Amino acid sequence: MDHTPPPFFKRGPAPLVRLFFFASLSLALLVIDARFRYVEGLRSWLALAAYPLQRIGTAPVDLAARVGEYFSTQARLVAENEQLRARALAYAQDAQRFQAAQAETEQLRRLIGAAERLALRATPAEVLYVGRDPYSRKLFIDRGAAQDVRPGSPIADEDGVIGQVTRVHPLVSEVSLLTDRDQAIPVQVVRNGLRAVAFGAGASGMLELRFMSAVADIQTGDRLVTSGIDGTYPAGLPVASVVRIERDAEETFARAVCQPVAGIERGRYVLILANESAHPPLPDAAKDRRGDKARKARAKAKDPKEADAAR
Amino acid sequence: MLPARSQILMPVRASTIMGSFALALFLNFLPWPDMRVVPDFVALVLAFWCVRQPRLVGIGIGWMIGLVADAGNGVLLGQHALAYSLLAFLAIWLSRRILWFGAALQTLHVALLLLVCQGAALLVRLAAGDSFPGWAILVGPLVGALLWPAVTWLLLRPQRRAEREQAI
Repeated sequence: MDHTPPPFFKRGPAPLVRLFFFASLSLALLVIDARFRYVEGLRSWLALAAYPLQRIGTAPVDLAARVGEYFSTQARLVAENEQLRARALAYAQDAQRFQAAQAETEQLRRLIGAAERLALRATPAEVLYVGRDPYSRKLFIDRGAAQDVRPGSPIADEDGVIGQVTRVHPLVSEVSLLTDRDQAIPVQVVRNGLRAVAFGAGASGMLELRFMSAVADIQTGDRLVTSGIDGTYPAGLPVASVVRIERDAEETFARAVCQPVAGIERGRYVLILANESAHPPLPDAAKDRRGDKARKARAKAKDPKEADAAR
Repeated sequence: MLPARSQILMPVRASTIMGSFALALFLNFLPWPDMRVVPDFVALVLAFWCVRQPRLVGIGIGWMIGLVADAGNGVLLGQHALAYSLLAFLAIWLSRRILWFGAALQTLHVALLLLVCQGAALLVRLAAGDSFPGWAILVGPLVGALLWPAVTWLLLRPQRRAEREQAI
């Protein structure tokens, strides 16, 4: 409702035409993003534009936490200090035993000729905020490509695995939580070494072992740790404990519902584990269609002369 | 030709519009506990400007802000863009009608707009293979519609003249 008279004859295309144009543009983007992932560069730039607002968005919560800390009483601080010192002592003992055990394991592995496991590098990061998308379970952390975070790195807190970095922006990274419906993690039952794959169960905040054999030796209360055979998650990190097993007489398979041990929905600080072990290359069949194209391009580029030289 | 009970407003400044969108994005990025019942502030502000200033804010701007929202939330690129361009179109289409009603009936119209916007996003996600997140997803748009009178009051403030000035 402004005061200038409307320009009757030049108002651009009709709204319906514009809607049609932008809707088709969106649909094209959606298909490109969902199927081919060609627009990651554009996404990074847009994410950089949204970053200041995201950063400011977390400020009120930070401020509230700081003010709360400021007013915590002396007595509580002393008690907490004592508690932490006791815990540090216990951890120090554990760490000493762990070092001895690790040295022994390495020696034994060398004796049987197995590949040595590389040490894990852990970088602390702070959780910026939880994804706004109600359809998936994601976290955003304050480390990105600028801090050398790589997609695929496992994320853990002090109790166990939380998830995996699925997308890296310049300054933030997206972490898909284990409870996301599209996440899977290879696990092993601590009690008997039974291997399985745990899938996220979505909104319930649980994990599921699907398609277990109906007679599989798994019990309520069993602890699950990563088996490390996927090459993404290092072996031996705690993942979940079994809370319920559904064995249906009509079904061939049993289904186990597990509660994650890590604070997936709580906690402010996480560790980015950089898994630096060298993997053998994936077999060609496992690569996607883009890999296929790249391979063809490589084959084309390699002219016969070069191939001869290589021989 | 002005709707009943309306006063003559000063022309809007571009900085007001940009500031309101930045504020709405900021509110969307706050760490809310349950995203399903929190209204989409950007959608609300977009609907407001499309109703009030259909020749300044339109489908193109809605689409671009939708892209930023997509990247910031880490969802499929184009989901919010599609929902917001649909919302902008409906708001522009209904803008002449909405302003003739009082606050309560305007709220009903806006509830419909926001529900359609949420529904478009829902359809995109279901098509992309996600599961239905529960009926609580309808609460957010309804809460957003209830905020409409407050948003109207707040965003029209810079355009309103002082009472005294108007009396002269």
